[in-house]
Amino acid sequence: MEQLIQQVASGLANGAIYASLALALVMIFVSTNHINFAQGEMAMFSAYLAWQLMEWGLNVWLALPLVMALSFAAGVAIERSILRPLHSAPVLAVVVVFIGLLTIFHALAGGIWTHTIKAVPSPFPQVTFPGSAYIGSHQLGMIAITIAVLLALFAFFRFTPLGLAMRAAAQNPASARLAGISVDWMLALGWGLAAAVGAVAGCMVAPAVYLEPNMMASILLYGFAGALVGGISSPGGAVAGGFIVGVLENLIAYLGNVIERATGVYIVGNGEKLTVALVIVIAVLTLKPSGLFGRVTVQRV
Amino acid sequence: MASTVLASGTAADRAPGSLRRYRWWLLLIVLPVLLIAGGKTGLVSDFQFLQLSLMIVYSIAVLGLILLTGFNGQISLGHGAFFAVGAYTAAILIDQHDWPFWATLPAAALACFVAGYLFGLPALRLEGHYLALATFALAVAVPQILKYRHIEPVTKGVMGINVFKSDPPFGLPLSNDQWMFLVVLAIAALMFWIARNLLDSRTGRALIAIRDHPMAAGTMGVNVAHYKTVMFGISALYTGIAGALHGIIFEFVSPDSFRFELSIAILVGAVVGGIASLPGAVIGGIFVQVIEKYADALTKKISAAVQLPLELEPWLIYGIALIALMYAMPTGIAGGLAALWRRLRRL
Repeated sequence: MEQLIQQVASGLANGAIYASLALALVMIFVSTNHINFAQGEMAMFSAYLAWQLMEWGLNVWLALPLVMALSFAAGVAIERSILRPLHSAPVLAVVVVFIGLLTIFHALAGGIWTHTIKAVPSPFPQVTFPGSAYIGSHQLGMIAITIAVLLALFAFFRFTPLGLAMRAAAQNPASARLAGISVDWMLALGWGLAAAVGAVAGCMVAPAVYLEPNMMASILLYGFAGALVGGISSPGGAVAGGFIVGVLENLIAYLGNVIERATGVYIVGNGEKLTVALVIVIAVLTLKPSGLFGRVTVQRV
Repeated sequence: MASTVLASGTAADRAPGSLRRYRWWLLLIVLPVLLIAGGKTGLVSDFQFLQLSLMIVYSIAVLGLILLTGFNGQISLGHGAFFAVGAYTAAILIDQHDWPFWATLPAAALACFVAGYLFGLPALRLEGHYLALATFALAVAVPQILKYRHIEPVTKGVMGINVFKSDPPFGLPLSNDQWMFLVVLAIAALMFWIARNLLDSRTGRALIAIRDHPMAAGTMGVNVAHYKTVMFGISALYTGIAGALHGIIFEFVSPDSFRFELSIAILVGAVVGGIASLPGAVIGGIFVQVIEKYADALTKKISAAVQLPLELEPWLIYGIALIALMYAMPTGIAGGLAALWRRLRRL
């Protein structure tokens, strides 16, 4: 039982990362209908930037906002320079450009910081608290930071005029343009915000896994799974979906472990994390493409 | 026979007795004869024959993706998976069942067709970005699937399988690499010929109609679901045969040779060559092998020349090539050359 609670708790901690990444994906998807395959590598690059700043002696809590700002600027720049001309391009062209971005960030990170893995210290102090038998302080901090970022985003979109304009631009670009909103810039800002949220995810996950150019592969896959489970057109759903797949991931491994101990038959374990994500992705896409909270889109012929 | 001419020519080209009609076949005979002669006199080394074989192998793999994406409109970022299925089928049959290498090719083709058909079924419900997403997930998960504990006795897990090359038959005076080059070239010619005829047929027109407008194609009586799944199977078959040949001439397969990077390399080949062009597949295959082999040295030279403080990676070239081509030459090198040729003719 204790193990089960531990698994759920650490699942929630991973889920926080998946939720941030899923939210970043959904923010770009709702406004442009593009799935950003480079989101994971962008987050990885941000994590490297944060590590570099800390190596240069910057305090963690200064480095993090700085990296978020840099990532925001980079996101805006990428949208304006690379994706802007492709707004009405065929899907294949857009997918190919995203894959191109993915490989560029991957190669740049490997070239600048080499492929040797780096241990990143946790920004949170090691303290004991009631329940620390079940969850580590870094995991708890991860959840707290993620929730803080999500709440800030929610407040931004809900209570500020800029947030309202961005929502309008995403929901109905034509009307938004008529109302005097610069839809193009709203899209770029959305990209910037997505990059910043991804940066938080990257920086938070780096101490949990080791920092290396490949670190985001499985995390991005679970981010996709989370976004799909929650419904890729629903930001709130994506966050919920992220937490759901985080817990699910651990529960499946736990269940596999229990079955192996009871019957001696190995079915699934930690070695099949990516396969599990693949199954979740394909199952959701084929059985319920709108996810749990998404809108069912009806295409006009 | 007219349909076998790779470049569609004018009526005069197709006149009986015209040599131009057979120029591609002629090339297919003259080129290897010249190369083998070069090999005999030491001008072309065995290593270069291996490189040529690998280029041809990647061309077949890229052709598989081009058939699916360029002519049927289904995006796949996970063709490395079918490459892996083909390679493993061949390696396992050779290593554990002592099959001769040529007999493993039909087996690999069948295995990949079935795998592709089965993956094509859920893919039916997916379009555009969603299909890209599902195949992306497949590509990322492949190495892990190959290491799954229950298939480990067969796949040998992370250790991989060594495949031993067979010597040329009938005591032919050829080296191993020269012989495999001829085999690979013959198979590639056959595969391209089949692809050409497939696209020129009723089926091919249905496939292209589905790409251009699935709903209109359906209204015209094309069985969209049937064609799309079968096309996924055929595409996987092409890439799988390439995988099998790769395993045979490379003499080794392991889970980590089929990482996500392989799927990207195939995609890059298709985009660089020309996504809806059969000659584009050849260009794409050459590009993939050249980058894989020489990009490392090239990027090292560049970073040394301009004294960059960081090490450039070959992957950077892939990424930049992808984005630059989407802007400058969306139809790939083959499309760009064709456009250039048309312009020159008009002058």
